[in-house]
Amino acid sequence: MILNASGCLDALEAPEVARALDAFVTKTVTPLPREGNRPVRIAETEAGMLNSIGLENPGVEGLLAEKLPRLAELGVPLWVSVGGFAASDYAEICAALDERAEVSTIELNLSCPNVEEAPESAAEIVAAARPRTGKPLYAKLSPAATDLPETARAVQAAGADGLSLVNTIKGLALDERTLEPRLGHELGGYSGPALKPIALAAVYQCYRATGLPIVGMGGVSTGRDALEFLAAGARAVALGTVLFSDPEAPGRVRRELAEELAARGLAQPGDATGLAQAGGTVTVA
Amino acid sequence: MRRRERLRVVANEAIGPYSLLRLERGGLEPGIPGQFFMLEAPGRPLPRPMSLCQAPPGELSFLLEAVGTGTRALAETQPGDELHVFGPLGNGYRLDVEKPLLVGGGIGVAPLPYLSEQLGNPPAILGFRSDWHAEAAVLVPNAESVVEPTLVTEPLTDLVTQRYKVLACGPEPMLQAVRELAPDAQLAWEAPMACGYGACYGCSVEIDGVLQRLCVAGPVLEAA
Repeated sequence: MILNASGCLDALEAPEVARALDAFVTKTVTPLPREGNRPVRIAETEAGMLNSIGLENPGVEGLLAEKLPRLAELGVPLWVSVGGFAASDYAEICAALDERAEVSTIELNLSCPNVEEAPESAAEIVAAARPRTGKPLYAKLSPAATDLPETARAVQAAGADGLSLVNTIKGLALDERTLEPRLGHELGGYSGPALKPIALAAVYQCYRATGLPIVGMGGVSTGRDALEFLAAGARAVALGTVLFSDPEAPGRVRRELAEELAARGLAQPGDATGLAQAGGTVTVA
Repeated sequence: MRRRERLRVVANEAIGPYSLLRLERGGLEPGIPGQFFMLEAPGRPLPRPMSLCQAPPGELSFLLEAVGTGTRALAETQPGDELHVFGPLGNGYRLDVEKPLLVGGGIGVAPLPYLSEQLGNPPAILGFRSDWHAEAAVLVPNAESVVEPTLVTEPLTDLVTQRYKVLACGPEPMLQAVRELAPDAQLAWEAPMACGYGACYGCSVEIDGVLQRLCVAGPVLEAA
């Protein structure tokens, strides 16, 4: 299963790219509209890029009234990424989304590196959101957590149905000439190929810790990358930075993954899940 | 219709400090002047946005200035190399202009040769940092060039009184100065872009306090 990473595709601007996915994940929606951060918002580095978009979005009312009906016309399952500045924000948005049949899954963005975070822990936010929706809840976590497997176990105990691993990690890029930060917001979220080993470790550890379904992401550019995420324990992969350089990446990665699986005599992607785990595949409850 | 293809480098010619990168056109359409293409920058994670400079039969050509990692990689490409190219993207200039006047500054002359051709070679004013940079003026017919410390606004001040409609591309200070003289000018802006097709939200520019995603709202915007 191939998704986009939240914030890495506008399905209404590029419907042909969204239709090539198994599910489309929206850009994170917050209670009120946000203009996002002032420019400059992106900076390429040697092995990836930084962004500081700052959760630009039309707010939950704008999403529900204007975007969701149009997104539903794409015919692709919709995941809505939810953000906020307090646990109650997440809970309120989940309650509003719960009433909408167009939404298949909710991803809680618990780890945006570009905005002030909610004061509550990831588990407290999941616990606040859980009773407000019957839709599957995925917790998107930062690889920067001190004890990521522990965080994963905590969100599982709070009622998360799955994990999205990982979000970007904080980074800084300096101007070649002036040595000043290249981003207007100074620090940004680092993504791209350099994130892959970090993301793989997160998937590997959290799969062992929880057995939850995992969407793996962080530097997935090829079918081989996707295979590695599955082997580490992911059930699905999401494409982020690669979509910027290759809008045809969903179809290409899917083809390449099929070739990788066939070369190993694996009938379907699920057969690869957890193959990297030393103790064999973890039994998923 | 935008497409993404791998195109072969036909030639990479120096014009002053700039490089004119000529690519085989493949199945790509040249689009409207002012539209842009995302060019793979060899060895770099992200492609680079380049407005189309010329569209001779069977080719697409791009004028670039090697100022950063990506443009340096593009300037070093050799005939026979292949690059992924995606486009045309964004909104170009409106061409239904009665008395057009082209204004370009520095590498901002890039979209003007194709624009000039489509408009029947109207007059143009080009501004450059040095005589060496001003060699790029050869690409634009009917152009008057000025070199710093003279700015394009000097000849422009006289011409806007003659009801010319300005179509401009250049650095932001130049665009701001042009719009003060010509409030109805069409201006092509520039911003770092990761994707060029609305996916990354990275190319927002702040114009009069409003943020706009340049790749889908522009890069050509009306001044007023």
